[in-house]
Amino acid sequence: MIKALRPQYKPLSEPLLKKILAESYELLEKYGVFVENKEAKKLLKQAGAQINEKENRVFIKQELVEKALSTSPSTVELYDRSGEQKYKVGGDNIHFDPGSAAVTVLDHKSKSQRKATTKDLVQFAKITDKLDNIDFQSTGIISSDVPEIIGDSYRLYIGLQYSEKPVVTGTFRVEGFKPMFDMLVAVRGSENNLRQKPLAIFDACPSPPLKWSNLTAQSLIDSARAGIPSELISMGMTGATSPVTLAGTLVQHTAENLSGLVICQLASKGSPVIFGGSPSSFDMRKGTTPMGAIETMMIDAAYAQIGKHLNLPTHAYMGLSDSKLNDNQAGLESGIGAVLAALAGINVISGPGMMDFESCQSLEKLVVDNEICGMAKRLIRGISQRDEPLALDLFKDITPETQFLSKPNTRKWYRQEHIFPDVIDRDTYDEWAGKGNKSISDRAADKIEEILKQPVSLIDSDIQKELKKVMLSDAKNNGLSTLPKVGSL
Amino acid sequence: MIKEKQLSDMKQAIVQGNKEKAEKLARQAIDENLDLIDVIENGFVPGIQKAGDLWEKGEYFLPELISSAECMKAVMVLLQPELKKKKLTAKSQGKVIIGTIEGDIHDIGKNLVSSMLSANGFDVIDLGADVKLQNFIKTAQQEKADLICVSSLLTTTMIKQKTLVELLKSKNLYRQFKVLVGGAPVNKKWAEDIGAHGYAENAMSATKLAKTLTQK
Repeated sequence: MIKALRPQYKPLSEPLLKKILAESYELLEKYGVFVENKEAKKLLKQAGAQINEKENRVFIKQELVEKALSTSPSTVELYDRSGEQKYKVGGDNIHFDPGSAAVTVLDHKSKSQRKATTKDLVQFAKITDKLDNIDFQSTGIISSDVPEIIGDSYRLYIGLQYSEKPVVTGTFRVEGFKPMFDMLVAVRGSENNLRQKPLAIFDACPSPPLKWSNLTAQSLIDSARAGIPSELISMGMTGATSPVTLAGTLVQHTAENLSGLVICQLASKGSPVIFGGSPSSFDMRKGTTPMGAIETMMIDAAYAQIGKHLNLPTHAYMGLSDSKLNDNQAGLESGIGAVLAALAGINVISGPGMMDFESCQSLEKLVVDNEICGMAKRLIRGISQRDEPLALDLFKDITPETQFLSKPNTRKWYRQEHIFPDVIDRDTYDEWAGKGNKSISDRAADKIEEILKQPVSLIDSDIQKELKKVMLSDAKNNGLSTLPKVGSL
Repeated sequence: MIKEKQLSDMKQAIVQGNKEKAEKLARQAIDENLDLIDVIENGFVPGIQKAGDLWEKGEYFLPELISSAECMKAVMVLLQPELKKKKLTAKSQGKVIIGTIEGDIHDIGKNLVSSMLSANGFDVIDLGADVKLQNFIKTAQQEKADLICVSSLLTTTMIKQKTLVELLKSKNLYRQFKVLVGGAPVNKKWAEDIGAHGYAENAMSATKLAKTLTQK
């Protein structure tokens, strides 16, 4: 049987890739990176890096980067909440998770954005949990009914309770790591179990150009020591916080990520690191950072290609849109992004549901994007040989009246060869009109209602108690004596 | 007497963002002992105004607009000491304290606003990024500022814009300084909710808004 060809998108030629890599090594060696974290500087110094203390500037030699690369695992394993389902983040495996972190949600009825509350977080987690093509959950919404300072731990607290899926998350403050780590340990039962079966990825974003702040460097160190995968999120904006050319931005992107990787490996040899990012093509007219721009997607696919070349797991923010509504723009940008990400073989693709420059989540869009992700996944499965011969035998008794509907071969293969969308419209006109002339986002809203009626994949009550204890203590330390009621949802 | 040609060259140099040429013209004006107020108001300022117009028309994008503003700033760096020597002052649109709020290190948007304000005749004191609330207030008092411009990119730091307004109210300074807020997560409604005096979505509209607020 002839296997399917995996379709691929690789934007960089071999010579250009090598040139980008060479320049980023030179950048780290010659101009260095800014590291504002004491411990990280100490680790780098011990490893022989030159440091300009006054400027917090660290000069990293290529050998040090290469040594760090040699101890970075090429695949990161994640397990769901139960610890049973395993995900291999590496190779050309793709996984989708909702874009993060939104500060508003799009209200379907009023078609305007509003602040998110606990109720939105819970619904978001529940819906993510039930969407087949969304592999991981993300702590993708910031709740406005708790103080900002505990926004990081609170979203993890909700996510862990209402979805079984592994989590893509991150800290907003240095102190945020501890309670978040404690929650993950609570789910797994022990620190060692968590190390054996990672449940969450922590995002850490360097500040472009070339800076690891105290917070983000600390997150790298803490995560590395706990065996939690760090996702390096460089986010240059072309022509604003990074060079304007796509290749120039890739040099900076690679240098930022590699310096983060060095910090991780120095903190704990062999710690899992994902080569990711959220760069954007900066719009010179509006001063905005369009994630739906084709150049943004090209940069994403290109750095992923570099990450793969370095034998690292990869991540990107793709499959999102800058539209403010669930309109054509939302669909086309998300569709193109998700498909290109799949073709680029990016291991963690964060995007579904996200709109308005990574600032707004739409539950309806999440449901629609789930279908896009399904299409992207089907696309990369490609076309393979199912039968020998391929089809010749089906024509044995051919007549002009022959149809294939009733053939056992059709029944055998149709569900494997074809996917069946849920909210995408394939009705005849009359059938569609008979259901009330609904748009795809109306149908997605109906689907959400349906999902929310389904039973939640419940978390063990002892674990839940422990989570609450950790959250409450974090809340109390930050001036909040009770947590918002989840109530009946 | 300044020749029309000289004035139009000055304007042109700013419009084109040609720093070398603008600086050369400024130096020439100093050497020739020209009326520097005239030079600024009828030579260079029309240039930055034209750049602003072109941006609003959609012909200029940010790189052109910002290089014109940077060019204007460079010219003023040369001309200010000369004005001082002659005990002259260029017409100031007002004094502005600007910064990115504490906890937030994102300052590209703030830098754009800062550049545009100073290019348009404001006396700008840029406190940089991660600026403590007290520092905004202290500097505004010391400098007798007209405006306090506060930027935040993160939603986690945006809330501190509200704290700033509250602090000003509690210190009875709310009427003394006008507070302008900006940044990616900020919008008009937020500005109204927290009692800020204005919100601008980009550097040009911030400049316009600052002008209307200081003229009141």
